[in-house]
Amino acid sequence: MAVRVQAEDFSIEAEIGALTRGRTTIGGVASFIGLVRDMAGGESIRSMTLEHYPAMADQMLAEIEAEAKQRWSLDASLIVHRYGRLKPGDRIVLVITASAHRGDAFEACQFLMDWLKTQAPFWKKEETSTATRWVEARASDDDAAERWLSEKTNE
Amino acid sequence: MTAAPIKLLYFAWVRDRIGLAEESVTPPTEITDVAALIAWLKTRGPRYEAALKNDRVVRVAINQRFAKPEDAISPGDEIAVFPPVTGG
Repeated sequence: MAVRVQAEDFSIEAEIGALTRGRTTIGGVASFIGLVRDMAGGESIRSMTLEHYPAMADQMLAEIEAEAKQRWSLDASLIVHRYGRLKPGDRIVLVITASAHRGDAFEACQFLMDWLKTQAPFWKKEETSTATRWVEARASDDDAAERWLSEKTNE
Repeated sequence: MTAAPIKLLYFAWVRDRIGLAEESVTPPTEITDVAALIAWLKTRGPRYEAALKNDRVVRVAINQRFAKPEDAISPGDEIAVFPPVTGG
């Protein structure tokens, strides 16, 4: 179980390799990679700059990961989140979950993404050809995160 | 309780509007919770007023943990003020 916040790019293959090497209890690995899109609100994006609150980002990602480990049977997991100035097509975030069976890996991976979207202190700023603006939080992201709360309550 | 400084951190458009990334402040001793702190900050000038006018949007963390308006603040705390997060 690990979280990393870094400016550098990451290699998905290297990360999955490092996470699963020698762990033969793992039967399935799920991953999610978030990328910078080239369009937002009909406008072309030149760059996206990610700002973060370092001390809190480390702590929140670790807490989110610990929560996933409690809810699902995970053999290994990794969250990598980048910061700094990125270009369209660049990788922003990586979540990897590994479990004996695919169900836990798939669900934990989606949970981690949904939760870090609303809990991890990162902020995106988009640069178009005419302006620079902070990206607004989306209600749909809150709804996606809320869903896991209600599922927990219904248990 | 004697007045002691609080470390304030601002992020994203809250920082842009206030024009500062961080500062050390000593609020009056009657300022004891998050809601009162934000209300007091708004009185510190038009930049603060502009940054914090919609206090239902602005998020606050005390010592790197999300805080509610009624949560208590203490001297020596690190208090961060920022917009809803948009990472991932």
